[in-house]
Amino acid sequence: MHYSIIRRLSTQPKLANIPKRKWKSVVGLEVHAQIASASKLFSGSGTSFGAPLNSSVAYFDASIPGTLPVVNRKCVESGIKTALALGCRVNEVSMFDRKHYFYADLPNGYQITQQRAALANNGIMTFPVITPGKKVYYKTAKLLQLQLEQDSGKSLHDDQLKRSLVDLNRAGLPLMELVFAPDLETGEEAASLVKELILILRRLQTCSCKMEEGALRVDANISINQEGDPMGVRTEVKNIGSVRSISQAITYEINRQLETVAEGGVITNETRSWDAENRRTVAMRDKEVLQDYRFMPEPNLPPLHVNLKPGSKSTEDLVSVAALSIEIPELPEDTRQRLVAQYSLKPETAIILVNEPILLDHFLSINRSLSEVPTKVVYNFLINDFLTYCNKLNLNVEDCSINAEDIRDILKNLHGENINLQAARQLIELLHNNPTIKVQELIDLHNLQQICNLEQIEALCQQAITNQPKAVQQYQKGKSKALFAIVGEVAKLSAQKANMKIVVECLEKLLKPPKK
Amino acid sequence: MRRHLQWNIKQLTASYAEGQLSPRRLTELALEDAKNLKTLNAFVRLTPEKALQAAEDSLKRYQNKKPKGTLDGVTIAIKDNFCTEGIPTTCASKMLQDFVPPYDATVCSRLKKAGAVLLGKTNMDQFAMGAGTVDSLYGPTKNIWSEELDGDRWRIAGGSSGGSASAVAAGICYAAIGSDTGGSTRNPASYCGVVGLKPTYGLLSRHGLIPLVNSMDVPGIFARSISDCVDVLNTVAGPDTFDSTTIRKPYKNLTLPEIDQINLSTVRIGIPKEYHCEGLSPEVLETWSKVADLLECAGASVRQVSLPNTAASIFVYSILNQCEVASNMARYDGIEYGHRASDERSTEQLYAQSRAEGFNEVVKTRILTGNFFLLRKNYDHYFEKALRVRRLIAEDFLKVFVASQEDDRVDILLTPTTLTDAPLYKDFAGLTNRDQCAVQDFCTQPANMAGIPAVSIPIRLSQSGLPLSLQLMSNSLNEQLLLTVARWIEAQVEFDSLQHRLNLQSTL
Repeated sequence: MHYSIIRRLSTQPKLANIPKRKWKSVVGLEVHAQIASASKLFSGSGTSFGAPLNSSVAYFDASIPGTLPVVNRKCVESGIKTALALGCRVNEVSMFDRKHYFYADLPNGYQITQQRAALANNGIMTFPVITPGKKVYYKTAKLLQLQLEQDSGKSLHDDQLKRSLVDLNRAGLPLMELVFAPDLETGEEAASLVKELILILRRLQTCSCKMEEGALRVDANISINQEGDPMGVRTEVKNIGSVRSISQAITYEINRQLETVAEGGVITNETRSWDAENRRTVAMRDKEVLQDYRFMPEPNLPPLHVNLKPGSKSTEDLVSVAALSIEIPELPEDTRQRLVAQYSLKPETAIILVNEPILLDHFLSINRSLSEVPTKVVYNFLINDFLTYCNKLNLNVEDCSINAEDIRDILKNLHGENINLQAARQLIELLHNNPTIKVQELIDLHNLQQICNLEQIEALCQQAITNQPKAVQQYQKGKSKALFAIVGEVAKLSAQKANMKIVVECLEKLLKPPKK
Repeated sequence: MRRHLQWNIKQLTASYAEGQLSPRRLTELALEDAKNLKTLNAFVRLTPEKALQAAEDSLKRYQNKKPKGTLDGVTIAIKDNFCTEGIPTTCASKMLQDFVPPYDATVCSRLKKAGAVLLGKTNMDQFAMGAGTVDSLYGPTKNIWSEELDGDRWRIAGGSSGGSASAVAAGICYAAIGSDTGGSTRNPASYCGVVGLKPTYGLLSRHGLIPLVNSMDVPGIFARSISDCVDVLNTVAGPDTFDSTTIRKPYKNLTLPEIDQINLSTVRIGIPKEYHCEGLSPEVLETWSKVADLLECAGASVRQVSLPNTAASIFVYSILNQCEVASNMARYDGIEYGHRASDERSTEQLYAQSRAEGFNEVVKTRILTGNFFLLRKNYDHYFEKALRVRRLIAEDFLKVFVASQEDDRVDILLTPTTLTDAPLYKDFAGLTNRDQCAVQDFCTQPANMAGIPAVSIPIRLSQSGLPLSLQLMSNSLNEQLLLTVARWIEAQVEFDSLQHRLNLQSTL
């Protein structure tokens, strides 16, 4: 139906006269999260990333005839914890199915997944959406399904030798597939959802969320439609490898679809991949044919039962959902609310702190150990100075060698007026470049102590007054802002080390108009 | 000639313990017999070196008075669809002709652990798809009861575990392992005149059994007596962490009462009327009613029962079988193991060619049909519907075994195993694989649908001098009573599984 609408719109110019309706974009996500586990979903082989090729392969993973799957309890528990944290209904009985397709890195010719009866359904995620330059708002997306499934191996193609090689280390790794309803509208919303999901999974320790290792993979379904119309034909964008790419890929794809329609084209149901280098989505050739996966119940795994009774305990045969729910830690949104309540932070500040777990850790530990410094000074320094520095260098906060102790030492010196804010900022850079040297040493080494000596400051001020006669004149005529120029001169003369509070006091005293 | 063959396993191991006979000597004789009886084509591969080594080890244990258990030094053959570490396991197919498993099936490792001597791997229909052991890469297995073994007047051994049945019937080994998906153990047991047990689904581990239909496959046991069958069962049964479908409850060894201690007065026998079917030979029918009479005379209550969905069973079996086959066979792509064609122009071409060359027509047909049934548009109409009817069939059994009215309840069902004695190869080979299975599995496959245990026991000889057997079935995990009744019948009918040796003297 939607096809015909688009076609008519594009081929019958008369219709162009009808009032234009607004286009809407609809985005849904499917996330594959690798469950953090020592062994695979159905076999005992290891899961470490970067192991030598084909070294973590049990007979089952290579589909050696006669081998059977045995479900890894730890993975079931992780799946349940995740489901609970995302507000899902955990199903008392879930089942495994075979999904058939031929691919060289799929040794069995089928993937074991949960199609008919998943581990959990009906979850919900509410998360803050951060768009640069816009006000933060909260968005909610339904989580339709959370299912357990095994990963495939990896194919490596050698175009020159015309050979394909297969690495089965990944084959059989445990995955949680999270299928979200198409409740989102923009790339930023999608990126924010994933960002929040990462925070949750990391708190639960059910997934490392290292996207660069493929531990978290995101596919996006995208369509556009005019207001009041049913949903449009969707495309699926696969292989999105970073949170930033999610936003970019989806924004690109929405715009591509809008342009296609504007030019009279038609959106086809296809799978596209994100080309991060050229920042565009491209159609994937081998996925064009609609597959019939010939789903069938996995006969070698009995239905997976869990105990839903409140207050129950886990036994050897049966995992208790109630017992697992106790193990769920504080979730990011709870932390934000706690921060707002406990430290009177603005919600935006709480969001920034929680979104960077390291920053939050620093904030909490510095607050504990340095109670004399006002909270505001701490988070301002963390966000405006430390985080900004990391962002400027395009450095992940968790990859930065500067630890909470370093920042605490800086703040201690700052608060004790031993150094000024400029020096504090400088120290971040110095610490980053000299990770083995302590804060105190760096202050001495680079002579960063603040100048507080009144005589010294008065001398500097006198010099500045001499250097800035024009500003002095303006100031004395009543233009109070002119004082900044003189203060700036003092800063320059003191190599940014003068205590500005004292400088201002001193200048005001010196430049006070003579009594009549 | 071979006096020891008349012994049962307990007598054999007692003679080892007394030093009368050595496992080494017995194994040598067994290997010699296997060679002499090569014309049967019971084995696809003998493993003399490993067998003699195992026998040697066993001998030492007996000399040290520390035998491992009831099967120490007992010769056993294994169907070629059970993985055996370091020994090719082919499923009698070109696809797995060169496949050497890196591990032992649980059944094999438990037998080894108990000290059994594994003689070799036995013939079968390719991937166990058949009821005659005629569709093997290595050629058909012959029935030792045949009027003649040369020319074209020889009888089939039944299938798909024909090699195992044949090896036990010929006295080459004391017991053999087969598999049973729709009757593949009981059918050849019936034709070859030996005991064939299909245990409760989940009582024996399938780990290492190359699957046909995962939800119905069970390892089966061939022996020349119920007592030997129980000894093997006690060794291999019980939970296995490698197979999630095994019953978790710890297995308790079966001990059957002595014949004179068996009291049939509390046993209720059911005769399901639907098993009196088209094509049932008068001789089998006569055997059936004679044994029923025998039981009744001994005090058992015998009455007719109805399993109304029996006739649907073969169709349901056919659909489920083909669907699982299509899925299970998907792994054979020539990449990790198995036959790989030389055509490497593309991955798809390599798959297609490897599979085209590696599978026979029967396998290919089932893959094609199974995939058709599993298509999204067909799934509900075929697979889902078949599952529903399967439940009805299982409920039929439950209704007679666990009837709400105590009076309606029976403990054991008595039926034919096969409809006739062993067919001539030339008659059997003329039928399509579909017809071969549909006719031959009629009485056996319902037990696989329901997962219940069933045993085939030889009763007497037909006019052609071939074994006629009957089947007993019980509710799940009631092997104790099932085999007790079987043992009682065995004692009454005194069938001699080795009687054929007289027939064969001229050809040997």
